[in-house]
Amino acid sequence: LQGPRIRNLVEDSIAEMTTASVNRWAQYYTPATLAEALEILRRYDGQARVVGGGTDLLVETRRGLHRPVEAMVDVTRIDGLNAITTEDRYIIIGCGVTHARIVRNTRIIEHGRCLSESCGVIGGPQVRNVGTLAGNVAHALPAGDGTIGLLALGGEIEVASNYGVRWMPLQESFKGPGKSFIDRYRQILTRLRFRPTGAGEGSAHHRVMRPQGLCLPIISMGVRVKIGAANTITEARISMGPVGPVPYLAEAAMDVLVGGPATSEQFARAADAALDSVKLRASKYRASREYREQMVRTWLPVILDRAVKRANGSAS
Amino acid sequence: MSKLHMTLNGKSVDVDVAESRYLSEVLRNELGLTGTKIGCNEAECGICTVLVDGTPVSSCVYPAFKAQGARVETIEGLADNGSLHPLQQAFLEHGAVQCGICTPGMIMTAKALIDEKGTSLTEDDIRVALKDTYCRCTGYHSVVRAILQASGQDVMLSLPDTRPAGAAIGHARPNPNARAKIEGTARYTDDYDFPGMLYARTKRADVPHARIRFIDTSAARALPGVHAVLTHEDVPGHKRHGLVIDDWPVLCSDKVRYAGDAVAIVAADTEEIAAAAIDLVEVDYDELPVVRDAIQATAVDAPLVHEGRDDGNLLKHIKVDKGDVDAGFAKADVIIDQTYRTQATEHMFLEPECSIGVPAGYDPRDFGGDLYAAAVRGETARHDKTTIYVGSQIPYQDRSQTAAALGVEPETVRIVATMMGGGFGGKEDVTGQIHVALLSEHTGRPVKMLYSRQESLLVHPKRHATVIHMRTGATSDGRLTAVQATLYGDAGAYASLSEKVLTRATTHAAGPYDVPNVKIDCFAMYTNNAPSGALRGFGVTQSCFAVESNMDMLAEKLELNAVEIRRVNALDVGKTTSTGQVMRESVGLNECIEKVASDMCRRDFRWTWEEGDSRFAWGLAVAYKNTGLGGGAADKASAEVEVWVDAISATRAEVRISSAEMGQGLPAVLAACAAEELGIPIECVNVLLGDTDFCPDGGPTTASRQTFVSGNAVRLAARKARRELEEAGDHVLVRYDYTAPETQPLGAGGDMHVAFSFGAQAALVEVDMNTGEVHVRKVIAAHDVGRVVNPLTLQGQIEGGIVMSVGFTLLEHYIQEDGRPWTNIMARYKIPSITHTPAISSHIVEHEASAGPYGAKGVGELPSIPTGPAITNAIYRATGVRVRSLPVDQDELLRAMREGSGAIELAWGDLEPIPAVDPGGKR
Repeated sequence: LQGPRIRNLVEDSIAEMTTASVNRWAQYYTPATLAEALEILRRYDGQARVVGGGTDLLVETRRGLHRPVEAMVDVTRIDGLNAITTEDRYIIIGCGVTHARIVRNTRIIEHGRCLSESCGVIGGPQVRNVGTLAGNVAHALPAGDGTIGLLALGGEIEVASNYGVRWMPLQESFKGPGKSFIDRYRQILTRLRFRPTGAGEGSAHHRVMRPQGLCLPIISMGVRVKIGAANTITEARISMGPVGPVPYLAEAAMDVLVGGPATSEQFARAADAALDSVKLRASKYRASREYREQMVRTWLPVILDRAVKRANGSAS
Repeated sequence: MSKLHMTLNGKSVDVDVAESRYLSEVLRNELGLTGTKIGCNEAECGICTVLVDGTPVSSCVYPAFKAQGARVETIEGLADNGSLHPLQQAFLEHGAVQCGICTPGMIMTAKALIDEKGTSLTEDDIRVALKDTYCRCTGYHSVVRAILQASGQDVMLSLPDTRPAGAAIGHARPNPNARAKIEGTARYTDDYDFPGMLYARTKRADVPHARIRFIDTSAARALPGVHAVLTHEDVPGHKRHGLVIDDWPVLCSDKVRYAGDAVAIVAADTEEIAAAAIDLVEVDYDELPVVRDAIQATAVDAPLVHEGRDDGNLLKHIKVDKGDVDAGFAKADVIIDQTYRTQATEHMFLEPECSIGVPAGYDPRDFGGDLYAAAVRGETARHDKTTIYVGSQIPYQDRSQTAAALGVEPETVRIVATMMGGGFGGKEDVTGQIHVALLSEHTGRPVKMLYSRQESLLVHPKRHATVIHMRTGATSDGRLTAVQATLYGDAGAYASLSEKVLTRATTHAAGPYDVPNVKIDCFAMYTNNAPSGALRGFGVTQSCFAVESNMDMLAEKLELNAVEIRRVNALDVGKTTSTGQVMRESVGLNECIEKVASDMCRRDFRWTWEEGDSRFAWGLAVAYKNTGLGGGAADKASAEVEVWVDAISATRAEVRISSAEMGQGLPAVLAACAAEELGIPIECVNVLLGDTDFCPDGGPTTASRQTFVSGNAVRLAARKARRELEEAGDHVLVRYDYTAPETQPLGAGGDMHVAFSFGAQAALVEVDMNTGEVHVRKVIAAHDVGRVVNPLTLQGQIEGGIVMSVGFTLLEHYIQEDGRPWTNIMARYKIPSITHTPAISSHIVEHEASAGPYGAKGVGELPSIPTGPAITNAIYRATGVRVRSLPVDQDELLRAMREGSGAIELAWGDLEPIPAVDPGGKR
């Protein structure tokens, strides 16, 4: 009979999903020091992979979506990297810190509200109890909620390898959807930090979901603003995703806001500018392009207003 | 192997285990703590939740060595020296346990919450904490009540207001098997382990339609650890199975007709080896063009799913004819003419299918086991027949179909029903039963075949996707003059129960109304999608959506109240259904409408209002559902009741019947029937279900029939036992073969069914005008169930049914793209979580069915039927947008609201508008 001849489709995703998962590792390390962790990575020379809470990574690994490795290096139990601290005018979050701890942390609620809001909508409790912000950032999804929240705050990340340690701006770590400049086989995202919001500053996050299909945001947005005299916006940061291959800093919209009054007209202009600066896409079974656009127009002004109110101390 | 140390349930535990294991695997396989259940292995369903250092985690993706040195708590550690934890006690009392598969995870999640919050716990806290811990049975209300009570708060039992009909009948009692479920000791098929057991997997087609050129199993056979690789050539008996038509190959030989088709099966020492062997089975296909939906299947040039049939892809044309619709429409002042589409949906019972075959003559001692271990658990130690352990809705048909495939007499096969983690119609067709029988007989060893969640999604039959053209005519006073409908049902690749399901869709397609002129044509079409079969509501869910949408449109056009138009037309005693059945009794529809209307229309009632960015509105729908098989089928159940009279202790009885308990609470109903007749306490009745060597056939657990049919069998057996006891003294064993009153086949007129249950529901929805998001805030329901047998389990059926239908209406769509499922992982198929659960106000109406046990009729499916159109009618009232395709898409809804287009015909998951349908079904 006619028709294209096909061979046994082992690469077909259905085949992958219906076979018992053989996508595992031989060793699972839980090093107690950074030196130990780096030493394991050095020894495995690309055959070991860094894992945080593993709530995304292990599910994907089970599905056979990652190349098999010999070892997993769990970085959630490293001394000194498992706390939320304040140092040098930064709030610093260790790579072992889970979303649940960020959500509960009163300092972050007060001085990094959009991060606690964004981490609070990730998954369900079981995921937030195990998943980490460092893992969310290293996963580099275009709309990882924790990442969007941290990006709005002007977050930075510390990356350690056997060649040294350095801080870098968060947005410089993104390479593409699910692709990070952090080499997850040789480097460890050890800490994340941001300047706490102070007097006259506020932040907010919102995302729009649908109840069906994959738990990925239709749009996830974070804002941080500073209000000066006469209700003028003196600083603004707006993050959003998915609006492209990587989490997006809406600089055009930020430019519209800075120096202008904190009014709904300005917020609407910011939304226009943000939309002008990106090319929104439709994603099958998630959202049409028009719907995404509409959600930016509706919600960006709402969260800007919320952040301004917080900056003015008139709302929580 | 490495050393893993944990403090497990308070005890120090060391195990030697591979570092590649997940915590769930160590708990279940290495430590034998099978109370922790696996639902998806995707960290989606939450039923595997355990506590690590007091925190809930999904143990299915929690590496075991991440728990090194940690404090781990599981369901087994909860009871203290045999006395239940307050959570366990409260789950029992509130009926928060149905199938029980999610119960351990639910309770552990709740335990962490109570440990954290204590008595300050609120309902909101519970909604946050349980967001990702799914339950498919309860609808979550009883769970919330149980957790609040366990936290130390006073919580009233929420039960319908009814008066008990007897000493045992009508009283709220936990299901007898609930205790084992809350303790984590209830044994589902995957919890069984036999010495020498092998693990099986199935080679799936993965292509929707293709001719098989060859199957090469040599590489798989050569893999060390593989014991058997079987193909169609190895099926000694009948090579096909099927509940109605035997068109479903046990293993495909010449062609495959859907992506889930089975081509080869493997048994090996471990699951990993079996999986590797499956990948080594080489199948060469010539792919064929795909029939992707029911409408395309009707095209003259459509590819043929099954060759050699006179009717092409037409599986069945089902007709209902009453009066003269042309005359009826001529009399109508208003005619509503609409086309609707409903989607394929998935049962998502949280326990994936599992079967274990044990070969005839198996002796555990041959594999280093001993005879007593099984006996201690109350299980059979010796297996003198081919035995299949399975959670199945139709044990006796599993037996006959397996025996046929093996080429042996049914009596040489034994089915042992294990606990079933939900069914909802999805465990009626054979899945792995025949395969494990073949493999165990071939290898001489027990063989377990557990489907992964993803395989379960791929393989078992779904709810029929339909396209329904519905024309409804009425005079200006709202009286219906005619209904004409054409339905196309996607039957998928094999017949399964399509004929029965779509017959129900057809016969119920005029609604529970007195309509003088009716003409319905339904076309069940073969396609290359997953087979369609039974799913709670059984076709009526689909037609009710179309019927009740049209009724609301009629009401609007005639400027009649939505309540009034239904009251005017409602079936009642003396009226006639569309199949010509004269209702002689037990029609509580008007009372249901009355109860819902008066609960809804309290002070300050408004149909619709605005609050902030939201619009709120009420919508109404009514429904009915047959009890029992009907249509001329002999509807039988046989039960045994054995009674031991003991003057010193209590009189005890055992009820034995092969009817299925899937969480709906059948043992509670049967125990009540026996206790009522024997005059003994319910606690003194033991119910043994579904061992075909010990329990007579109770028939399939389908069609909301078990309370009626098996209930009657048990009632009458117990009554006979009581009479015999008066002469026999201290011990009797009686059997009663019950047959429900005779029914007539469709087309013959007369009684097509022994009874119907009726219901009315009003839904309050909130639509976010900024996003199009829809939330169901409240459902007011009234159901005529004949007579309440157990208010606690009844409440569970009602709340669970309503929430399941919230899923059908707003969330669920089993998407297939040219025969390839997109929803192939649980992460892509969402079911209602606790956050989607509306408040429910439930009223019970009791119009007794004289042939039912104590007047009872079926309720398993009914509550899930009217919810959908009640929601979409509310959406229309809130937004002016008529939903014509399910599930509701917020993107489309928002667009329609902004554009004022008045209707949406793209549901979530649809890429094309509703296809045109010729009225009357010209094909």
